[in-house]
Amino acid sequence: MTATSPSAGDLVALRLRGGGFDWRSYLLHGAMLLAMLLALGILLVLLADVAMRALPVLTQRPLDFLTSDLSSRPARAGIVQGLIGSLLLVFFVAILAIPVGVGAAVYLEEYARDTRITRFVRTNIRNLAGVPAIVYGLLGLAVFVTLLGLGKILIVGGLTLAILVLPIVVITTSEALRAVPGSIREAALGVGATRWEMVRSHVLPYAAPGILTGTILSLARAFGETAPLLMVGAVAGTFSGHGGLIEQLTGPYTALPTIVFNWAGQPQDEFRSLTAATIVVLVAVILLVNGTAIVLRNRYDRRW
Amino acid sequence: MTITDLRQALEVRPRMTIEASEAPPAVLDDAEVVFDVQGFSAYYGDFRALKEITFQIREHQITAIIGPSGCGKSTLLRGFNRMNDLVQSAHSDGQILYHGVDLYAPEVDPVEVRRRIGMVFQKPNPFPKSIYDNVAFGPRVAGFKGDMDERVEQSLRRAAIWDEVKDKLATPGTALSGGQQQRLCIARAIAVEPDVILMDEPCSALDPVATLRIEELMHELKQNYTIVIVTHNMQQAARASDVTAFLTMGDDRAGYLVEMDTTDKIFTRPEHRLTEDYITGRFG
Repeated sequence: MTATSPSAGDLVALRLRGGGFDWRSYLLHGAMLLAMLLALGILLVLLADVAMRALPVLTQRPLDFLTSDLSSRPARAGIVQGLIGSLLLVFFVAILAIPVGVGAAVYLEEYARDTRITRFVRTNIRNLAGVPAIVYGLLGLAVFVTLLGLGKILIVGGLTLAILVLPIVVITTSEALRAVPGSIREAALGVGATRWEMVRSHVLPYAAPGILTGTILSLARAFGETAPLLMVGAVAGTFSGHGGLIEQLTGPYTALPTIVFNWAGQPQDEFRSLTAATIVVLVAVILLVNGTAIVLRNRYDRRW
Repeated sequence: MTITDLRQALEVRPRMTIEASEAPPAVLDDAEVVFDVQGFSAYYGDFRALKEITFQIREHQITAIIGPSGCGKSTLLRGFNRMNDLVQSAHSDGQILYHGVDLYAPEVDPVEVRRRIGMVFQKPNPFPKSIYDNVAFGPRVAGFKGDMDERVEQSLRRAAIWDEVKDKLATPGTALSGGQQQRLCIARAIAVEPDVILMDEPCSALDPVATLRIEELMHELKQNYTIVIVTHNMQQAARASDVTAFLTMGDDRAGYLVEMDTTDKIFTRPEHRLTEDYITGRFG
């Protein structure tokens, strides 16, 4: 290539190859990678630390730990009441929050006219989802325990958690409904379906995978929630809560996060391992639930 | 009060709609009036999309509505089966008489209107369900109690798609090709045995071969149905329709009817300069 009169081909080659080293893009690339590793690293360290601490309990008496009652003696303490309590709570949340939340979302998305009031309601549902959980605990305490005089029973815990996750169910359901294209609604109405026939036969079925994923995730949230349960009286100490379902529902109860909270404050060293083991169980259940949600979403995901 | 009750009271004399032409051609005059549009204006909020449209659509004819983008063709079409009700800000004045009944009268049930006046949309929109269920949905919600298999087959046959799908009625309608999907949508519209089929640019998403099939199909369908088609494609209007209405918009962006006549006349001897400019491609 001559400096004075490069040919057209040389010019093209110069342009194509002469970009030089784009160090800014590499720098940015590196910074983002670092951010990702940091986030992941902290999580991994945390999990590894908990798992290490949990090792003594999980290796020496895994079944015994899962099936024993709460106890002040570390060697005999187990979490069966917490497991049952948590599962019953989630069951309650499911039967209360899902129908109400899905119903509210269907109303907001498919029926309500877009007025100032509905916009206000929509905005506030989003705000409610961001209200700290402890506030819901206070609400539960004030309304269910004191005002309605229900006492600190499992049903009250379930009600409180249901109200806590209700906004999340409404929001995720709304999003799933909105993902169903308008052309499908027009198609259904165009052949003479009523609004309800359209919703029941088309919009809801097509939105079901999204609704399912959202509700499962909200149940996982309820499963891990601690603060409101402390307010509405999940028992942290020992109690002998066995017997029929009715007694379970109307008696003292506890949940896995509450046990973690309680044991973490115990002075004996043995409880460190027990706390860690409970966390492992809690995290394992939540991972399982979230994993199910992801599998379901991937299987039924619909592309329009 | 249902529309059928009022059918008897429909002796509305076909009015002359085109002031410009003193003697409308025979094809405009013969057949029974299905839609009598009288001073129909449509609004989205404060915006007027259509300005005092007055014309008639007659039985067993294919009426094409042509005009530049944004002139309100689709709004007008959707006015015929009250699809605009779905747009919250949409409202209208004037009248659209369907066999003499004002479609916008308060006692008229839009669901019943849409059973009689079917619609095929711009983009094929089959339900993500089986081909069978796509067609059977309309009759089902209409409370059809007869032989559903027969109804489905007959509808698919009329839509000229039966031979292609008869062995795979259980496969999803969304798995078909674009042209097949659109014919499936036509079958779905036919299955409720409507009186009118509205088509909103039904071929705009299709290739020329599929387009031709739809046009042939329209020609067969007009024996039994009244067809109103909105199209961007002037060749299509010229090829496929009997009557053409040309809409354009004024300075206020509201669409108005320039003229309506037999397709033959519109495309060979239009009355208005605007029409001529549009069909010859000088405008729009």
